Amino acid sequence: MGAGSNVSEPPVGFGEPARDAVPLAAVRTRWLRPRSGGLLALALAIAALPLLLANNYFYEIAILVALNAIVCVGLNLLIGYAGQISLGHAGFFALGGYGSAILSAQHGWPSALSLPASTLAVAVLAYVVGRSTLRLKGHYLAMATLGLGVIASIVLATEDKITGGPDGMAVPPLAVAGWALQGERTWYWVVGGVLLLAVWLALNLIESPAGRALRALHGSETAAQTLGIDAARHKLRVFVISAVFAAVAGALMAHYAGFITPAKASFMHSVELVIMVVFGGMASVFGAVVGALVLTTLPQLLTVLKDYEMMVFGAVLVATMVFFPQGIVPTLARALASRRGRGGAS
Amino acid sequence: MTLLAVENLGKSFGGVHAIEELSFAFERGAVHSIIGPNGAGKTTLLNLLTGLYVPEQGRVRLDGQDLTGAPPHRWAAAGIGRTFQNLQVFFNMTALENVMTGRHLIERDALWATLIRAPSLVRAEADTRAVALELLAQVGLAGWADSPADAMPYGALKRLEIARAMAAQPKLLLLDEPAAGLNPTEAQDIDALIKRLAGDGTTVVLVEHNMKLVMGVSDHLLVLDHGRKLAEGTPEQIRSNPAVIEAYLGVADAQPEAEHA
Repeated sequence: MGAGSNVSEPPVGFGEPARDAVPLAAVRTRWLRPRSGGLLALALAIAALPLLLANNYFYEIAILVALNAIVCVGLNLLIGYAGQISLGHAGFFALGGYGSAILSAQHGWPSALSLPASTLAVAVLAYVVGRSTLRLKGHYLAMATLGLGVIASIVLATEDKITGGPDGMAVPPLAVAGWALQGERTWYWVVGGVLLLAVWLALNLIESPAGRALRALHGSETAAQTLGIDAARHKLRVFVISAVFAAVAGALMAHYAGFITPAKASFMHSVELVIMVVFGGMASVFGAVVGALVLTTLPQLLTVLKDYEMMVFGAVLVATMVFFPQGIVPTLARALASRRGRGGAS
Repeated sequence: MTLLAVENLGKSFGGVHAIEELSFAFERGAVHSIIGPNGAGKTTLLNLLTGLYVPEQGRVRLDGQDLTGAPPHRWAAAGIGRTFQNLQVFFNMTALENVMTGRHLIERDALWATLIRAPSLVRAEADTRAVALELLAQVGLAGWADSPADAMPYGALKRLEIARAMAAQPKLLLLDEPAAGLNPTEAQDIDALIKRLAGDGTTVVLVEHNMKLVMGVSDHLLVLDHGRKLAEGTPEQIRSNPAVIEAYLGVADAQPEAEHA
C-alpha cells in the first residue's frame, strides 16, 4: 500500500479495531519461523539424503551443493536483507581457499589454523572494501566487489610462484586434532554440519534487533535512521558476514578437493552465486539453500549442454524475474499459506 | 530550562529559501507547536531538526550538545524522535515489529550475542516485545499487534508511527501533522495522547493544521511564514496577535484540516 494514498475505512475507534482479513504475512512468518520446523527439516534432509546417494559421485555433488549453499546463505543476507549486491563473492570464496591452501601447503600451518586465519584475512579485506563503499548511496558495492573479484582472479592466475598460476595448486587435506578428513562420506557430514551452522547463524541474525534494523532500512531508510539505525554500519556488518561465509566455504572446498584453481574466483562464478540467491528467493534463508541445490545439480543433469551452461543460467534468471520475482521458495510458501488461510476460513 | 536551541538556521533549495535566519528555543517538558500556512517551511524545519537535511547556516543544540551536520542516526541517539507527515511506516513488518524497531537504541546489539542468540538477547527481546505491546495498547492498537502494517487503515498507521517513536523514549518528540486525515473523534484521541505524553515528561513538538488541536494542547507556539519566524508565544498571545490573525489563523480555519494528508 502506498503511503497514505489508500485511505481505507477508518478504524472503528480506539481499542476495538475491526478485523476480518487473515494476515497472510503473519501466517507465512509463523510457518517459516526458524526454531519451529525449518532448521529441523533441513537437518532431517541432510541426515536422510545419504539413503539416496548411490555412489561417491552423488556424494561429490551433494558436497558441492552444500558448499554453494553456505555461500548463498551469506550472500542472501546481503542481497535480500541489506539490499546490496556483491559481484565478487567468488573472489572471497577463492581467496578463502587459496589463503588456507598457501598457509598449509607452503608455510606448514596446521589446516585447523590456516582455515580460520584465511577467513579472518578475507573478513578484514571485506571490511576495508565495504567501509569505503557502503557509506555511499547506490550500487557502489557491486562495482567495488566486481573489481575486487576480477583483480583476485588475475592475481591468483599470474602470481604463479605462490599460487601455482592458472593450473592451480595442490592443497593438503583438512586435519583436525591429527585426524585427516578424507573420503566423500566424511566430508559430506562435515559440510552438512557447517551448512546447518550457517543457516542457524543466518536465522539468528534475521530474528534479532539487527535483522529487524535491516528490514527497517529496507522498508523506509528515512524512518530507520530517525530511530537511530546506522545504515552503513548494519550493511557493512552483513557484508563482512557474507564474505566470511564465502571464505569458509572456499577453504573447505580447497581442502576437500585437494586442489584449487583461479577459475573459482571467476566473474562467472560470482554471477552464478547471485543467480542461485535470486532464483531461490531473496530474503529467504531456505530459498538460498534451494537455489544452490537446484542450480548446482542442474548442470550435472544437463551435461550435454555443458557449452551452454551460462545460457541456461541466464535463462533461469530471466524466467525467475518474469514469473516469480520473489524467488521460488517465497512464492511457493505464499501460495501454501494463502491456501491454508482460505481453508481455515471456510 | 532550554532543551532545544536553534540559532540563525538557514536552508535553501535551488536558491529558494525554505528556512531563513530562524532562531528559537524550546523549553523542556512543554508542548510546542509550529504553525504556518503550507510552504511556510514547517516540514523542512523538522527535517533539519532530525538531521535529514543539513543546514547551510546556523546551529542546532539539544541539551547543549551541538548536533549540526551529524547524520540522522546520531540525532536519534541524542534523543530526538519523530513521526512523518507522509507515513514512513515499515510496511514490510507487522505493527508489533514496527514498534519493536523503535527500541533499537535501547536494546543491546552485540554481534556475537546476535549470531548465537545468547540468553541475554532473548531476554532483551522479550522485554522489547512487552514494552511494544504496552505502547500499542496505549495508542489503541492492541488488537493489531500481529497485523502486517500494509493491511492497516490510515488512522491506525498514524498512531502506529507515534507508538514507534515513543518506543525510543526520546527527550524531544516531533509530531508532523499527527491528526491530518483523521476524523474529529480520532483527532480527539490524538489530543489526549499528546497531553498524556507531555504529562509523562516528554517534550512534544507538534506541527499541525488543526487549530482546535493546536490551541488546546500547546504551551507555546512558533508561527512560521516563508521560512522566517512571524511570531512566538502562548496560545493566547498568538490568538490575539493581529498579524497572525490576519495572515494565518483565518486561512487555516477556513481549510479543512484533512487537506494536507
